Amino acid sequence: MSSGIRAIPEGVPDVARRTAPARLEWRVATVVAVRDETPRARTLVLDVPDWPGHRAGQHVDVRLVAEDGYQAQRSYSIASAPEERTVALTVERLDDGEVSPYLAGELRAGDGLEVRGPIGGWFAWDVHDGGPLLLVAGGSGVVPLMAMLRHHAHADAARRARVPVRLLYSARTAADVIYRDELARFAAPAVGIVYTLTRETTPVDWAQHHRRIDRAMLDAVAWPAADAPLAFVCGPTPLVESVAALLVAIGHDPARVRTERFGPTGG
Amino acid sequence: MLTEEMRLDGNAAAGALREVFSQDVTVARATCAGCGDARPVGALLAYGHAMGVVLRCPGCGLAMLRVARTPGMVRLDVAGVTLLAIPDDVPVA
Repeated sequence: MSSGIRAIPEGVPDVARRTAPARLEWRVATVVAVRDETPRARTLVLDVPDWPGHRAGQHVDVRLVAEDGYQAQRSYSIASAPEERTVALTVERLDDGEVSPYLAGELRAGDGLEVRGPIGGWFAWDVHDGGPLLLVAGGSGVVPLMAMLRHHAHADAARRARVPVRLLYSARTAADVIYRDELARFAAPAVGIVYTLTRETTPVDWAQHHRRIDRAMLDAVAWPAADAPLAFVCGPTPLVESVAALLVAIGHDPARVRTERFGPTGG
Repeated sequence: MLTEEMRLDGNAAAGALREVFSQDVTVARATCAGCGDARPVGALLAYGHAMGVVLRCPGCGLAMLRVARTPGMVRLDVAGVTLLAIPDDVPVA
């Protein structure tokens, strides 16, 4: 009979040891900074009181309440690494959106915002989960994957070297690519980044491809299925389902292909 | 009407499910009452609408879980799940 004290595996971060809070409470976060990423996407940096910490890939619910009591609630992926004290959300403005024009256009530093989270442990990755790590993003689907890349960058060099990462990022045009300067600072060979632009008409020298993600592109970017990479695919539903099906067709274990689909209710 | 674009992942229901469960159940394995396949809740197919979310089996399409919020109440229909296996050591979520 054991003493009841459970051994905690070496190398498991503090964040993974904490037990989940009993209730998921709405908290009023304060916007401490806003940063334009593209003409359509903006990052909100939030100070959330009593934030319990998060894992890379998780999201938060955001709630807006109008003066007449009407409520709108949306989920947004967390862009910041677990190691950061603030919670960063990168919101893409949808022209017919109900929430995103406010978040990506009107909100200012000092404003308050109701959030609850972190939420969703399925589409989450810790550096201790290992790799190789294959990240496939469509549009603003890069946001939770950026949290994973930032988390990876916080690890020590030896661990980073043991977990090689490749990101395949599909965007409409060069102007739509979020975080491009920061992504450029993630150094090869630990992190490899391949861009494909689906609607760019003029050649862009850093974009390796100019078409939708297809099997040939995945064959070139993804590790062989025999290497058993862990894949995270995030973007619009048709892209995610196409990429996930292609990966499985190539021979990847469906249990190691995790997906996060964006629906039309976003915004 | 269900359209392809409306289809999300079970992970999208994590917030609604946290209103019912004391921990994140997206990593819990749910066994489908229709075909018997067991998958993590986060890997089910989610269809959202104004009131809540329906989680369907990716294998046979059965509605396994429905969670809806009405004023003053959360409603959870688990008729399509025969077993929900929730791991002990779920990380913070």
